[in-house]
Amino acid sequence: MTITAPGQAAADAAAAPVGVQGRGPWQLAWERLRRDPVAVVSAATLVLITVAAVAAPLVAHAVGHGPDDQYHDIGVTTAGLPVGPSRTFLLGTDNLGRDLLVRILYGARISLLVGVVATVAATVAGVVVGLAAGYLGGAVDVVLARFMDMVLSFPYLLLAIALVSVFGSSLTISMLVIAFFSWAAIGRVVRGQALSIREKEYVEASWSIGSGPLRVMFVDILPNLLAPVLVLATLLVPAAIVFEATLSFLGLGVPPPTPTWGGMLSDSLGFYQVAWWFPLFPGLALLATTLAFNLLGDSVRDALDPAARRAGGGDR
Amino acid sequence: MGRFLARRALFGLLVLWIVSGAVFLLFFVAPHDPARLIAGRLATPQTVALVNHRLGLDRPLPDQYASFVWRLLHGDFGYSYYSSAPVGQLLASRLPVTASLALGGAVLWLVVGIGVGVAAARRPRSLVDRGGAVLMLAGLSMPTFLVGLLLIYFLFFRMHLAGITVFPPGGYVPLTQDPVGWAQHLVLPWVTLAAVTAATYSRLTRSSMLEVLGEDYIRTARSKGLSEDRVVYRHGLRSALTPVVTLLGIDVGTLLGGVIVTEQVFGLPGLGQLAWQSVTTQDLPVIIGTVLVASAFIVVANLLVDLGYALLDPRVRPS
Repeated sequence: MTITAPGQAAADAAAAPVGVQGRGPWQLAWERLRRDPVAVVSAATLVLITVAAVAAPLVAHAVGHGPDDQYHDIGVTTAGLPVGPSRTFLLGTDNLGRDLLVRILYGARISLLVGVVATVAATVAGVVVGLAAGYLGGAVDVVLARFMDMVLSFPYLLLAIALVSVFGSSLTISMLVIAFFSWAAIGRVVRGQALSIREKEYVEASWSIGSGPLRVMFVDILPNLLAPVLVLATLLVPAAIVFEATLSFLGLGVPPPTPTWGGMLSDSLGFYQVAWWFPLFPGLALLATTLAFNLLGDSVRDALDPAARRAGGGDR
Repeated sequence: MGRFLARRALFGLLVLWIVSGAVFLLFFVAPHDPARLIAGRLATPQTVALVNHRLGLDRPLPDQYASFVWRLLHGDFGYSYYSSAPVGQLLASRLPVTASLALGGAVLWLVVGIGVGVAAARRPRSLVDRGGAVLMLAGLSMPTFLVGLLLIYFLFFRMHLAGITVFPPGGYVPLTQDPVGWAQHLVLPWVTLAAVTAATYSRLTRSSMLEVLGEDYIRTARSKGLSEDRVVYRHGLRSALTPVVTLLGIDVGTLLGGVIVTEQVFGLPGLGQLAWQSVTTQDLPVIIGTVLVASAFIVVANLLVDLGYALLDPRVRPS
């Protein structure tokens, strides 16, 4: 997939006859995205979840329950079991008598934070390593490409667990571990693209006017890679969120009492028979978030590369 | 062919060596103290030193590594820091569980994934195709443990309430002891493992199949008057499977990581559970044992993939 650089598009627009409005590929993609109902709905869902996450302290203040406050008198039944949804606890309570609604909102903060930060870190690392491997070639490429293959073909969950258990579980470690096992996917794609773009005439032209390797890599080649990288990054976010939830579920994510969706689902394991709301609501929150990111990612890809959609291929 | 495989096998051994070394180092560089963990919080410094000596942890690092490699070459994985059981025995007792889980799951996801993928490619935009796309999204969006929880809730708990007890909520029965019980205990874990993976396979098969069905030789096969089934399965599917085999190699290799969650949710005493337990208790010999087994999985899977290519596609067959 080759996409004209945004600068090129601007030049086209300037050269267009008066009265005809030129539109660059990014503009066209944006228009397509805006008219795609799936993209609009999933983007709206994500905005809603983000707002809810940001407003978590406000909600906690409004209902009067903190995320870690345990209500041993009204939050649990006399048998010590969670209390169902009511006017006091809108989504019920967990096994320690904590407000599920407030905890789910605070959990959204962790999921979004880890998803976005890990993805940004993985994307930057993947782009830099991929560009270096693809553009510099030779021994650098052999070493970097082999390394990426190795990272990709590893039982990553096993190693992630090993790393977390050695360094102790924390938010930072979770993000680092997830980023470490995600960047190679982007790196490999960037490398492949850089390999072919390196041979293009305009790269040669840039060379001939005296551009150094860094300039060629980041000014001439990188803009042509933004489209596939953007698509991959959008799809990495839900993968990172699922990864974080899995770590938390295994008790190796952000340590308690910090609320995380994976941790809440893990806590609910012994209570699903008596308290359906306990696993249901965190599960729904997790699913809505990852589903919205995946749908948005698909839409972004379709908007950037409509030909693939028309041919009926391009999935995967 | 023989030389090609020998070279791949050598590379695999190199990978095994690097991985074992890396894990070994990781646990020495990292800030942790197994002796203190074993001796307990109230242990005196003397006790800790004694434990350290018993485990050989007071010797210099290169010395420890040398004896570690030496024992490994003789098939001795060492002893667990905790249960003092031989690591080789622990691994051997857990392997059948994970093998049962992995094999059944892989068969299920291959049959469902390839089946749906082919059907979707034969009729793009049909109900099967759209259903496959929805499945794909669900598979990507759902963590494995959530699938497992849903299955336990509906197929065990709700059915149990309704008085139907087909599936137990977890546990394991050896195949040799009770084949029916074995299958009953594994159906839900198989579905869990397959549900997340089958979606990817169906989409990959679909796009690869669509590409192949547009090739000239498929048109030739059709114009010869072959039946559509023969064209699709004998001529089309065979070459469309190449990327699927690549993915299968990667997935089988990383499966040991994947089964951790499934074994945890269903309480299956397999290698994944052993890995998880050993890692959370920092039981170094057991960790290295499981990581080596996992890496061996990857190496063998890669070899099988290379063989699979040669069987499926004559163009890759090295002369």
